[in-house]
Amino acid sequence: MNEFIKPTVEYFELWPLLVVFGVACVGVMLEAFAPRSVRYLAQVLLTVGGLVAALVGVVLIAQDTDVHQDGVARGVLAMSGTIAVDGPTLFIWGLVLLLAIAGTLLFAERHLDGGVSAFAGQAAALPGTEAEREASTKGLDHTEVYPLLMFAVFGMMLFPAANDLLTMFVGLEVLSLPLYLLCGLARRRRLLSQEAALKYFLLGAFSSGFFLYGVALVYGYAGSMQFAAINEAVRNDTGNTALLLVGVGLLSVGLFFKVGAAPFQAWTPDVYQGAPTPVTAFMAAGTKVAAFGALLRLFYVAFGADRWSWQPMMWVIAILTMMVGAVLAITQTDVKRLLAYSSVAHTGFLLTGVLGVQQSSALAEGEISALQAVLFYLATYGFATLGAFAVVSLVRDSGGEATALSRWAGLGKESPVVAGVFAFFLLAMAGIPLTSGFVGKLAVFSVALAAGAWPVVIAAVLASVIAAFLYVRVIKAMYFDEPVGEGPTVAYPSVLTATTIALGAAVTLMLGILPGPLLDLAALAGEFIR
Amino acid sequence: MNDLPVLSILIALPLVGALVTPFLPAATARLVGLGFAGAALVWAVVAALTSYTLDGGMQLTETHAWVEALGVHYALGVDGLGLLMVLLTVVLVPIVLVASWHEADAPGNGGSRSFVAWVLALEAMSLAVFTATDVFLFYVVFEATLIPAYFLIGGFGRAGRGRAATKFLIYQLAGGLVMLASVIGLYVVSADSGNPSFLLTDLAALDIDPVTQRWIFLGFFIAFAIKAPMFPVHTWLADTTERTTTGTSVLLVCVLDKIGTFGMLRFCLGLLPDASQWATPVVVVLALISIVYGALVAIGQDDVLRLIGLTSLSHFGFIVLGIFVFSTQGGSGAILYMVNHGIATAALFLVAGYLVQRRGTASIKAMGGGVEKSAPVLAGAFLIAGLAACGLPGLSPFVSEMLVLIAAFQHAWWVGAIAVTAIVLAAIYVLWLYQRTMTGPDVVEIADLDRREVGTLAPLLLALVLFGFAPMPLLDVINPNVEDTLAEVGVTDEPPTVPAADHAASDEAAGAAGSQGGHE
Repeated sequence: MNEFIKPTVEYFELWPLLVVFGVACVGVMLEAFAPRSVRYLAQVLLTVGGLVAALVGVVLIAQDTDVHQDGVARGVLAMSGTIAVDGPTLFIWGLVLLLAIAGTLLFAERHLDGGVSAFAGQAAALPGTEAEREASTKGLDHTEVYPLLMFAVFGMMLFPAANDLLTMFVGLEVLSLPLYLLCGLARRRRLLSQEAALKYFLLGAFSSGFFLYGVALVYGYAGSMQFAAINEAVRNDTGNTALLLVGVGLLSVGLFFKVGAAPFQAWTPDVYQGAPTPVTAFMAAGTKVAAFGALLRLFYVAFGADRWSWQPMMWVIAILTMMVGAVLAITQTDVKRLLAYSSVAHTGFLLTGVLGVQQSSALAEGEISALQAVLFYLATYGFATLGAFAVVSLVRDSGGEATALSRWAGLGKESPVVAGVFAFFLLAMAGIPLTSGFVGKLAVFSVALAAGAWPVVIAAVLASVIAAFLYVRVIKAMYFDEPVGEGPTVAYPSVLTATTIALGAAVTLMLGILPGPLLDLAALAGEFIR
Repeated sequence: MNDLPVLSILIALPLVGALVTPFLPAATARLVGLGFAGAALVWAVVAALTSYTLDGGMQLTETHAWVEALGVHYALGVDGLGLLMVLLTVVLVPIVLVASWHEADAPGNGGSRSFVAWVLALEAMSLAVFTATDVFLFYVVFEATLIPAYFLIGGFGRAGRGRAATKFLIYQLAGGLVMLASVIGLYVVSADSGNPSFLLTDLAALDIDPVTQRWIFLGFFIAFAIKAPMFPVHTWLADTTERTTTGTSVLLVCVLDKIGTFGMLRFCLGLLPDASQWATPVVVVLALISIVYGALVAIGQDDVLRLIGLTSLSHFGFIVLGIFVFSTQGGSGAILYMVNHGIATAALFLVAGYLVQRRGTASIKAMGGGVEKSAPVLAGAFLIAGLAACGLPGLSPFVSEMLVLIAAFQHAWWVGAIAVTAIVLAAIYVLWLYQRTMTGPDVVEIADLDRREVGTLAPLLLALVLFGFAPMPLLDVINPNVEDTLAEVGVTDEPPTVPAADHAASDEAAGAAGSQGGHE
């Protein structure tokens, strides 16, 4: 037995994690002790302040990282090597924090539904009971959502930074549990929301089990949880390869569930539809970014030497995911479900980038790398999705949000601006040039093709065509179809939602016209450190 | 003028117009929009007259790094082909604006402001397509043209246009995405050779292995075949021209569709010469099917606008045939045809649009004829435009059709023999259409063309006659370009055969030159 050595804590590098976790804890205290009247304002300010402080921390760390191998990689291994604060981690942290700030603004929106937020007045009150009506007439508001959001953000930051399997599992759970709760807190259509939460929880717990089993098997193979040690074992080809392969497979199940890849995508539409729209927006963007960060690190760092084993599996999953997402999206009649399936298709495109990994010596000077492409795609996808769901929260009728596609007919006449912005997000998701989605698609297809995965690229092109049809259908409904009945109404949002939508649209446009700076930033992030 | 970014300004003019006009009242928007389109016209003509030299290859070039991480440049330039397409675009857009002066404000349509803005946006994007010398930039604007086109089709025209717009967009997006795979393929090839770049000059210098070339060619060709359109991916064309306004049809068929054949010349032949020769037999057969099938189907149409749309299928078959027979006559004829088809079809669409407006129906049967008596000017213009479309000597399409047919006969006798039947078929669809709509007893009294309408048709009809008798100015621009392109492909025309020599069968020589050319 080794002697216990007190781990050194790199407070500076871990500052963003610590501040987010600290603010979440303070938020819980605030719920317990602050009077109800001040909670909303205090929580919103605290949350946004904490996220901004963490973001500032990320920028400061990024400017002061150790550089390895002539800038090929940068960063440190913190906490005795359990957390890797390297270039990709910082990129993902920055992205998650930006998306979280925008998400918080959506959480705080109270203009759309007559002065109350999108969350249940009292989650403990059963739907349809006297208690619920009472909570509703009192105008109660769940401000616990802000600490929950912060815990989720903490998980989203820990997950992609984890440098061993156990920390990764902890990150996965910390990220998931608050989201399960948040999903069940919708103010309207509460049964649907609670069903979504239960479904998400059950399936999520199930997939966590798979992940944990995989952890155990890989530990059995490599004799270590550390990614660097696993990599070493894979290189030396010691141990029982069957354990490794089964372990990789089970770990993949857990991660593919989180990113919503087929055949583990079944929860996505139900959860995206049932959850309060601000939660859907935040979750769809943030979870995918974090989970792909973890996926990249696991496969590139721990199993990078064995990529011939997992790349074929990834090919199949990517093709399946794109096709399932695109084809099933066509049959949807609800905007939120449609966006959910489209997000499944995007998972497939992201996987296309992930499987495009090559040895860095195989890349030409200045050629785009797989990591760079996926990181860029995550940024484009995150902002477009967040913006699109924010727009969904604006289109309403007397029963709350009008998410049925048929109710969106004629929106272009009712509100040209809202319809125009939504059309713009859809075009970005379809990958039309001059939007960020196009550059993202080009990047991931390029790396996949460069790695010789041309069947995947051909499938991706076909899936893009199918997906394009579905986006065009929505645009046609908004602009060229006659409204049914009274037609949709557009609620005018406060500056909070408007800011989020404007941010999403601005980023989507900017990254479409001038993607250079962000691509350079992703290149500067370099490779993972081990 | 040499220091000015001539082409950037040319693209910016309509683009600024497109951004300004939505914020103006409808009447002012039309005038301002026309002003921007006119400014672009003047600017392009002045630039062509003062800065363009006939044998100068690619000129007026601008190159700026755009996305360095991907090797993308903002690079513009024009050669003879590009110049003619640019001029065609800037000429047609003001005409379309004037021709649609009141149409966009008709009940059920989207209003003049958005019409003018989308038209100008389409003009800017099309100009960028014809001047882009970076494949990435080309792809970006190639796809970007679809958005204004989609809203023009979907927002203005007859019932069912929303569906037509969706069909149009899906076809084009499908083609575009297939091409995206090829664009990426080019990037990967250039990266593998050590210099990731999208610049046309860099890509042309690459030595791409034949199998890769064929795959990349396939992606480009499918996209351009849908765009052009060619059999069997033409079905969006007639549906679109039937539903949308004739102004939009002019822009779609006469400008946007030219991107297809333009792309074949610049990308398929320019970058992938070996694969282009490899694909020639199939492409020639498809072109022949398009020629004959388009004409036959056109004969059977009852809807005037559908009919005109389908004649274009036949004409694009000629253009593609001219491109893929690999000879100077064929190439010159094809490019000349692109210009002439633009003028003739634009005139035909516009005059048919005026007729449909007056009669309130596009069905030939429902019209019942008799227009000649009450509206002789309209009928006359219709006749000239129609005869031009069927290749009457003395009108400009005749010259180009002749050149392509000569080249087709040189390529193989059966190719020429099949292509030439289209002349007969064209005469049938045009003259029969004229007979059914214009001649006969007076059914309904209709007003003749007014001054605005005559003003839109006059320049087109004049050009048809002028270039019919004197095509040399156009050919002077075209010929150096064709020679450059064929030199890149590695084909030279077979030497003229001496009439007395009985052993030189010209079609065999053409075949031999074609197959050996690639290895020189």
